[in-house]
Amino acid sequence: MKTILGYLRPHAPRVAAGVSIKFTAAVLELLLPLLLAHIIDDCVPSRDLPGVWRAGGLMLVMAFGAAACNITANRMAAWVSMEMTRQLRRDLYRRTLLLSQAQLDRFTVSSVVSRLTNDTYNVHQMFDKIQRGGIRAPMLVLGGLALTFFQAPPLALVQLAVCSATFCAIWLVTRTGIPRYTRAQEAVDAVVRVLRENASGVRVIKALACQERERARFTAASRAGREAEEAAGRIMAAANPLSDFLLNLGLVLVVLAGAALVNWGRMASGQIVAFLSYFTLIQTATLGLAKLFVKYSKGAASARRIEEVLLAPEDQRVRLPEEDEQPGPELGMETVSFSYLGVEKDLDGASFRLNRGETLGILGPTGAGKTTLVSLLLRLYDADGGVVWVGGRDVTALSRECLRGRFGAVFQNEALLNDSVYENISFLRGLSRENVAAAAKTAQAWEFIEALPGGLDARLDIRGANLSGGQKQRLLIARALAARPGVLILDSADSALDYRTAAALHAALRRDFPGVTLVIISERVASLRGADRILVLEEGVIAAQGTHQELLETCGRYRRMAELQTGGLT
Amino acid sequence: MKKNVLVRLSRFLRPYGFQFLLLLALLLAGNLFALAAPLLSGRAVDAVGIRAGGVDFPAVFWNCAGMLGCYALSSLLNYFVSSRLIRAAQAVSHDLRKAAFDHMSELPVDYFDTHPAGDLISRICYDVDTVNATLSTDLLQLGTSVFTVAGSFLMLLLLSPRLTLVFFVTVPLTAALTRFQMKRIHPLFRLRSKELGALNGFAEERMGCRKSIRTYGVEEADLELFDRRNDAASRVYYDADRASASLGPSVNFVNNISLTAVSVFGALLYLGGGLSLGSLSSFVLYSRKFSGPIREAANLLAELQASAAAAERVLDLLDEEPEAADPAGALPVERLRGDIRFDHVTFGYDPARPVLRDFTAHIPAGSLAAVVGPTGAGKTTLVSLLLRFYRPQSGTITVDGVPLDAYSRDGLRRRLALVLQDTWLFGGTIAENIAYGAPGATREQIVEAARAARIHRFISSLPQGYDTVLTGEGISKGQKQLLAIARCLLTDADVVILDEATSNVDTETEGEISLAMERLRQGRTCFVIAHRLATVRGADRILVLDQGGAAELGTHQELLAAGGVYAQLYAAQFQA
Repeated sequence: MKTILGYLRPHAPRVAAGVSIKFTAAVLELLLPLLLAHIIDDCVPSRDLPGVWRAGGLMLVMAFGAAACNITANRMAAWVSMEMTRQLRRDLYRRTLLLSQAQLDRFTVSSVVSRLTNDTYNVHQMFDKIQRGGIRAPMLVLGGLALTFFQAPPLALVQLAVCSATFCAIWLVTRTGIPRYTRAQEAVDAVVRVLRENASGVRVIKALACQERERARFTAASRAGREAEEAAGRIMAAANPLSDFLLNLGLVLVVLAGAALVNWGRMASGQIVAFLSYFTLIQTATLGLAKLFVKYSKGAASARRIEEVLLAPEDQRVRLPEEDEQPGPELGMETVSFSYLGVEKDLDGASFRLNRGETLGILGPTGAGKTTLVSLLLRLYDADGGVVWVGGRDVTALSRECLRGRFGAVFQNEALLNDSVYENISFLRGLSRENVAAAAKTAQAWEFIEALPGGLDARLDIRGANLSGGQKQRLLIARALAARPGVLILDSADSALDYRTAAALHAALRRDFPGVTLVIISERVASLRGADRILVLEEGVIAAQGTHQELLETCGRYRRMAELQTGGLT
Repeated sequence: MKKNVLVRLSRFLRPYGFQFLLLLALLLAGNLFALAAPLLSGRAVDAVGIRAGGVDFPAVFWNCAGMLGCYALSSLLNYFVSSRLIRAAQAVSHDLRKAAFDHMSELPVDYFDTHPAGDLISRICYDVDTVNATLSTDLLQLGTSVFTVAGSFLMLLLLSPRLTLVFFVTVPLTAALTRFQMKRIHPLFRLRSKELGALNGFAEERMGCRKSIRTYGVEEADLELFDRRNDAASRVYYDADRASASLGPSVNFVNNISLTAVSVFGALLYLGGGLSLGSLSSFVLYSRKFSGPIREAANLLAELQASAAAAERVLDLLDEEPEAADPAGALPVERLRGDIRFDHVTFGYDPARPVLRDFTAHIPAGSLAAVVGPTGAGKTTLVSLLLRFYRPQSGTITVDGVPLDAYSRDGLRRRLALVLQDTWLFGGTIAENIAYGAPGATREQIVEAARAARIHRFISSLPQGYDTVLTGEGISKGQKQLLAIARCLLTDADVVILDEATSNVDTETEGEISLAMERLRQGRTCFVIAHRLATVRGADRILVLDQGGAAELGTHQELLAAGGVYAQLYAAQFQA
């Protein structure tokens, strides 16, 4: 909560001004009944007609003043909470962008999405409600308490005790409520997950005619949310009646204590009546506060979830290079091991070296660790052991800025944007249309882009749904090429391409990017055979490495693959 | 003009209508107890008397006990009502979410191609939540306010009908003022819900290409785009708040004016001899009773607006056109032989740019048909048409001689098993994912399918094995494809469609799987789309698609001999 409250600080003057204005409005509104009493009690019995008009006129002015003040204060409160939420959402999104892949895996994407949306919304509501209602109620409670101390100190002590007990009760309820709201928000994560999965998997779900099961899944998630919200609501629903009862108990105690005081001759019974009317005023205000605490507990639960992300530590530090560090190869690894979950080694003792301008091919069965290997080169994850070399330096000594622009990469499962073809290739880098077109040509995408209505400006559907699998893949390749990177990583980038297109792509790459350092992961021996070095991965271990010819002679697995794919024609 | 949002929402409220009414009645009862207590406290004070030593303690105690009882009952009733109300509101929200989702699952596939998931999430999660807040707490507040105001007004009418005339001016004035403002504010709240949805859509989309953002170091540029949307969403949020900020105070203002008017005119009446002083002071006291509840109710108006706008967005989703329902007399599909015919089919996602042009092909029952062709030639489109995701603009597709449209849609889909290019797994366990198309499958069957799909070893290596919950990372695309194949192996479909099902699987594993596939093919029609020609060589017939039409048809040997498109594609394999 502390971090979130920090967002209030820059707006402190405005909040203070808003509070003062709201305070003025409350005072004006509290004075209205006094004027009213003045008319009835003083002016009317003395038949003071001008006095009636004067007081009436003043009441009008004050009513108008109160309305004006309230509107102004409400607007200021709305502005402040909007501004705070805007900043908070921005920082949360920024932190989300900078989360390491490992952290994101831990939070899960659905949960991050729901924190960005639902939780910021809850916090916004909390900011707004507390600013709007948080003035009048405490003011009335404190003012009322002060007044009663002047009136009848012994009775005021009773009242003070009762009010303290009430606030303890509210605090207890709130404290019990917050973890329940946290659970409710976690249930929202589950709902978000089912929704995301259904939006992205609609074709598979429909093809398997499994809508019924998805509905059951959603119903279960929604029901869990409903139960969690109910559990939280059940607790918070107690806040109001409980404090109401405690305050009323105070009322009874005041009457009893008053009776005793009157009996001792320490007090007149009229004082009890006056006291009781103040008491009601305080009671209403306290109940208002209890209501605010309900909003607060929901907001606080969300605030905590947002802070979890905001305060997630930077887990990929940039190490300062040591003085006597020997420069390594352009791209390489030295006994690198890595595990996603810390159980099974997904990469174990990997070592290889690649010079600038050379091509590395990676082949191996599904799940052998090919994608893991390039993820480490890109520093999406940090290795558990060993050294990863990029551009001659240990990758942990390279800052984000150093890594930026060095790589072009095609990832599996990467989604296209619901934007123009140009923006999908340029990808926020503001590249010239010539560069984008040239990249599209190399990626063998130009032909179909030209055929689209609008060409480069044609708009893609969500996830590029209006393109075929091969077309999507070629746009992703064009994206990787467009900034003319020094190192190009193609992770199964030709899996959806027909052989003719794939061959044309590889030829164009050699022609248009002569000096590029290239890493190709492919199931196709044909795509790899020209590589300077080919790694054959098996269960996280580099089982063999060498050129196409060398591997044909020394590696049985490689030879088998080659034979299978070409039908034994080589 | 759309119908009023309450009317549209009523079908969700009606099942709980009785409950809501009952709770309001209990609320009334609770308030009565709370009102009775001050009477008792008055009596207790009377029993105290005015003399020292003259306090009638038994009477004081009894009245205090009565007060305590009343308060306890009122608090208990209050707690009961509000916790029940929360429950009822949650029930309505659940129904609303469920209805929205159920409807969403009936929407055609292209709805999801044009509506961001983030926006859907926004509607189903917090638009519903906004409605929920109104039902669970605002309604209670509104109910209490209405009771108090109505009761006090009745008392006023009894005290002085003439003075009540003041309210016949101010109440309509309040109504008109509120109506006028609401009309102005409503579109702002709509816009606010919409912009928040758009912002969520953006954030959700960007989570899908995080690796690119990171690799190209474009976080700042992306943040700038987010800022723009965030600013826009925040601005319209504020616009709605700013406009509605005057709602409560202005209602309150009119109320204060009427209070002023009452005192002034009451004083004038009294001075003119039309009213007794006692009546005047009670009248003023009761009109003051108005102020609190009216202020509370007025402050709720903005929230009601927000939830009306939110409810509309959920209801609009429910109004989206679903996939056409099965016509009466649609054939239930028990079993298919799997004889598939495309007869002069023309189709384009954009009708002006057909992907398939006058396409004709026949796939006999039980055969293995392969479809090859350059990317974008319309191979996946064939599958989409067969699954009735889209309808051809002209021509017919028949299965076993019956046009596709004549079958029950889900019945037909259930008889087709397919593995798509883009694999899809949900966040359940691996076992649940494999058994997705065959809910009754035993663990043995699941393991057997996984073995056949060559993914069993990988699964066994995981600490939780088949009960590992998939979260998306730590599993490669090839492994996902293998899981999808295992899923397909478990179904008892009559037609198997493999659309680039093994594109990310290594050749060796693919070869091993093909044995399992062989078994799967027994007595089934099989439809394979693949680029690796080694995969398709054994097909009974190979269909070569090019430029939206069937270019060639024949066996591997025939097509090679023909020296056309196929022969060229085949030769390209060895050129790289």
